Amino acid sequence: MRKQGQTFGKGFHDGLPILLGYLSVAFAFGMLGTEQGFPFWAPTLISLTSFTGTGQFVGVTMLANGVALLEITITIFIINIRYFLMSLSLSQKLEDGMPLWQRMIVAFGNTDEIFAVSMQQKGLLNFRYMIGLILSAYSGWVLGTVIGSVASSILPQAIVSALGIAIFAMFIAIIIPPAKHSKPIVIVVLIAVAMSCMFKYVPGLNQVSSGWAVIICGVTASLIGALRYPVLHTAYPDKETGEAEQ
Amino acid sequence: MNLTRLFLCVLLMAAASYLPRVVPIAVFRKKIRNPYVQSFLSYMPYAVLGAMTFPDILYSTSSMLSALAGLAVALLLSYFEKGLMPAALGATAAVFIVEQVSRLAAG
Repeated sequence: MRKQGQTFGKGFHDGLPILLGYLSVAFAFGMLGTEQGFPFWAPTLISLTSFTGTGQFVGVTMLANGVALLEITITIFIINIRYFLMSLSLSQKLEDGMPLWQRMIVAFGNTDEIFAVSMQQKGLLNFRYMIGLILSAYSGWVLGTVIGSVASSILPQAIVSALGIAIFAMFIAIIIPPAKHSKPIVIVVLIAVAMSCMFKYVPGLNQVSSGWAVIICGVTASLIGALRYPVLHTAYPDKETGEAEQ
Repeated sequence: MNLTRLFLCVLLMAAASYLPRVVPIAVFRKKIRNPYVQSFLSYMPYAVLGAMTFPDILYSTSSMLSALAGLAVALLLSYFEKGLMPAALGATAAVFIVEQVSRLAAG
């Protein structure tokens, strides 16, 4: 039954809110790139190959400021270490027997937002669905960068500013519905949010880079959740329902 | 701008972005059966998304007032399970309206 739902089209459709959010973020990235004196094609090349938000902003800024390449690489790696957790989580939700080359393509598309949306799906994920989801988000990311770096006056500033909240609103729409039905999720989220606020506001702690902060918050909160409420739920509904493989 | 340095940097950035994503997916190809690890991994998305959303959402627009309006709309629409797109669009619209109104009010 559940396999029918996971088509390329469904994936692409599920990726539309990400596409929307990415347009504005990538637009800002494209603008930043040209403002810092890069050739107009450079931000797009970076968006095509890196496909990661914060890392790209930081990387381009550092590059423009003449920072050493090794230092740039290490910084971006640290910012992106959180993906290690997400990919580990996603690896458990991919269909059994998915070939390595398909896994490697899915890994490229495992951004925060794609991860979030794919984790919402019931059952295991197949390649067609993931490709639809990734292509939808990726096109928003690349298109936004192109528009931003070529013509930064197309979108009125007021709309760019308003779109800044789109991704966060989407995250909230992912967290709240399951939280309504699961006390452990509420507790895990509250712990993570409280810790994240500490990393933002508490002197000393706010020196920790945002990449590490997310990892520490994510690991601690989920660890507490796993130790206190070790139950199988939402992320692995196939085991919950005992649904037979067709 | 030195083109060699630029291309080299693009390459290194791509590697530093891809490596952390591909290693776990390529290595963990069997399902983990330990219930504690499973629970940990199933709570992880919510913990990470929560930590990434708060408090950063408050600084995602031109003013904290408009961000709060967007946050309120997002919470409301999510509570009634309206889906991702309505939440994203609703919050964006709320921010846009509040920013335009406060601009007019400021004269």
